[in-house]
Amino acid sequence: MGKVGLLVDFTECIGCQACVKACKEQNNLPRPSYTDYSDLTAENYTVVLEKAGTNFRKLCMHCHEAACVSACPVGALQKTPEGAVTYDAGVCIGCRYCMIACPFQVPKFEWDNPFPAVRKCIYCYDIVKEGEQTACARACPTGATMFGERDRLLQVAKRRLAAQPDRYVDYIYGEKEVGGTSTLFLSGVPFDKLGFRMDLGEKSLPELTWVVLNKVPNIVITGYLLLGGIWWIVDRRKRMEAERLAEEEEHEESA
Amino acid sequence: MPRIIGKITFWRVLAAVIIVLGLIVTVRRFFFGLGTVTNLSDGFPWGLWIGFDVVSGVALAAGAFSFAFLCHVVGYGKCHPVIRPAILTGFIGYILVCVGLMYDLGKYYYIWHAITMWNHHSVMLEVAWCVMLYTTVLAIEFSPMVFEKFNLDTPRRIIAAVTIPLIITGIILSMLHQSSLGSLFLIVPEKLHPLWYSPLLPVLFFISAFTAGPAMVIFESTLSARVFKRGLPMETICNLSRFLLMGLVVYVAFRIQDLVARGALGEIFTGSFESIHFILEMLLFIIPMIILARRRAEEHLNWVFAASIMVPLGVVYNRINTCIVGMIRSSGTSYFPKWDEFVISIFLVTLGVIAFYLADKYLPVFPKEEELLPGELGAAAESA
Repeated sequence: MGKVGLLVDFTECIGCQACVKACKEQNNLPRPSYTDYSDLTAENYTVVLEKAGTNFRKLCMHCHEAACVSACPVGALQKTPEGAVTYDAGVCIGCRYCMIACPFQVPKFEWDNPFPAVRKCIYCYDIVKEGEQTACARACPTGATMFGERDRLLQVAKRRLAAQPDRYVDYIYGEKEVGGTSTLFLSGVPFDKLGFRMDLGEKSLPELTWVVLNKVPNIVITGYLLLGGIWWIVDRRKRMEAERLAEEEEHEESA
Repeated sequence: MPRIIGKITFWRVLAAVIIVLGLIVTVRRFFFGLGTVTNLSDGFPWGLWIGFDVVSGVALAAGAFSFAFLCHVVGYGKCHPVIRPAILTGFIGYILVCVGLMYDLGKYYYIWHAITMWNHHSVMLEVAWCVMLYTTVLAIEFSPMVFEKFNLDTPRRIIAAVTIPLIITGIILSMLHQSSLGSLFLIVPEKLHPLWYSPLLPVLFFISAFTAGPAMVIFESTLSARVFKRGLPMETICNLSRFLLMGLVVYVAFRIQDLVARGALGEIFTGSFESIHFILEMLLFIIPMIILARRRAEEHLNWVFAASIMVPLGVVYNRINTCIVGMIRSSGTSYFPKWDEFVISIFLVTLGVIAFYLADKYLPVFPKEEELLPGELGAAAESA
């Protein structure tokens, strides 16, 4: 199987919340009696919201070069060959650097649990690796959320933009954001009006820290040589000075 | 005498109150989770404990490595009388950073995963390893003070034999650690305000920490000379204040050049929330720079002492601005630490001060010889 992804076409979303419900069942997430589905939380891997006259979904983008995956010191977050960014609570140390690193503010934390975990959409990895769709795509009654190979979904999105330019803003969110994401969005209203950041750029974020990290071996080697060298020179000078003084003293004594 | 005893009792009562409050918050944190004792949220996952206890703590502990470099490697300016307090500060500082991390890590009970499970693409892994290794190095560098106290000659000789490689290892680890704390924020160009985000963050963190070192040692030596009524190695203090001035000039020049190069200079004058914090932060570097350029430590110990307080404050302010102030706008939420967060931070600082006091009292930390004239000693006492 190639890299999978999700294409969410906001113009086809009717706001029925079926994907949210299916997601909660699939991932054993509690459904609070009060309805707080206003944003992603540790209990909401996805939400359907309404803004500027359109329904839209929020969920993990599953970046190709995921900032969270590179940030995690212990590798609790992994980009699987299928394209899902998964999480292992048995590995995580709870440093929350993934939450800082994520440009989409996706990972959430169980703040009121003394034994907490980070929570986010994992593309229903348990069933996806068996060849099934994600729960949200399966549950969507209108086909607004489509599951499939990411390359094919991108073609679908491009075809829709070309066929109905009046229906959509001419932009596929996730095609190039921070190096491309597995989740793709199409919308009828500009993405920034829905709260999506349009200024993230196309460069992969892990590259920014890697340019420094890959210098560490060099710094260590150069550091030892340089500091050792300076110490040797200074120390030698001190020793020679001491010898010279001793010699002079001897000289004076003999004279 | 009664007045002095009264004074000490006041400090002791204060310390006791802080410790009791600290223990209460500790219980709350470990039984009910981070949400109960912090104002952190999904939108703002790092707060005072990371900004102050960890990132600032490491910076203030940097004296140990600037001195290891100045004293042992380049043999600069008769630093030997203050190398031990610098190492002690570093050691205590790093222990407190480790303790602070245990409070902040959500799953502190898995902290050992950093040893066995590596993601070498993560700056956080570099940070974790630097903390572990450098704390170990500092413990070894600190150990001779204990060996000396109990006249353990054999272990002392063993440590002395490996001093130079050990010290160089410590300097390199420290260099990596200071800079990696800056590198942590390289991955958030879209979140951190342009007054603080820079591709040079690791370099800036490194230079400012290196500069904080001498300032911390001037501050501690002067204060400790006053508390224990003993002489101050004036020549060392003078050399250090000159070195501090050089460090400040380099840092401020670097910082401003970086803003110019990134075209972020205009951000200073917008009058925004961030620009005000930036100006206050920079004043804490520029004012001591002016003081040190105009006042010599020989005649104006009070001024130099004041400058030596401002520089560490400036470094702490810079770290807090990077970790907290500069991150607020993009988070879409607000953050101000809960009182419990302040309690833990003050609690840890108090433990550090007590540890320093006890070590200073019972271990050979400061040199015994009186190198100071009575008049100058008076000046030291006055300024503190």
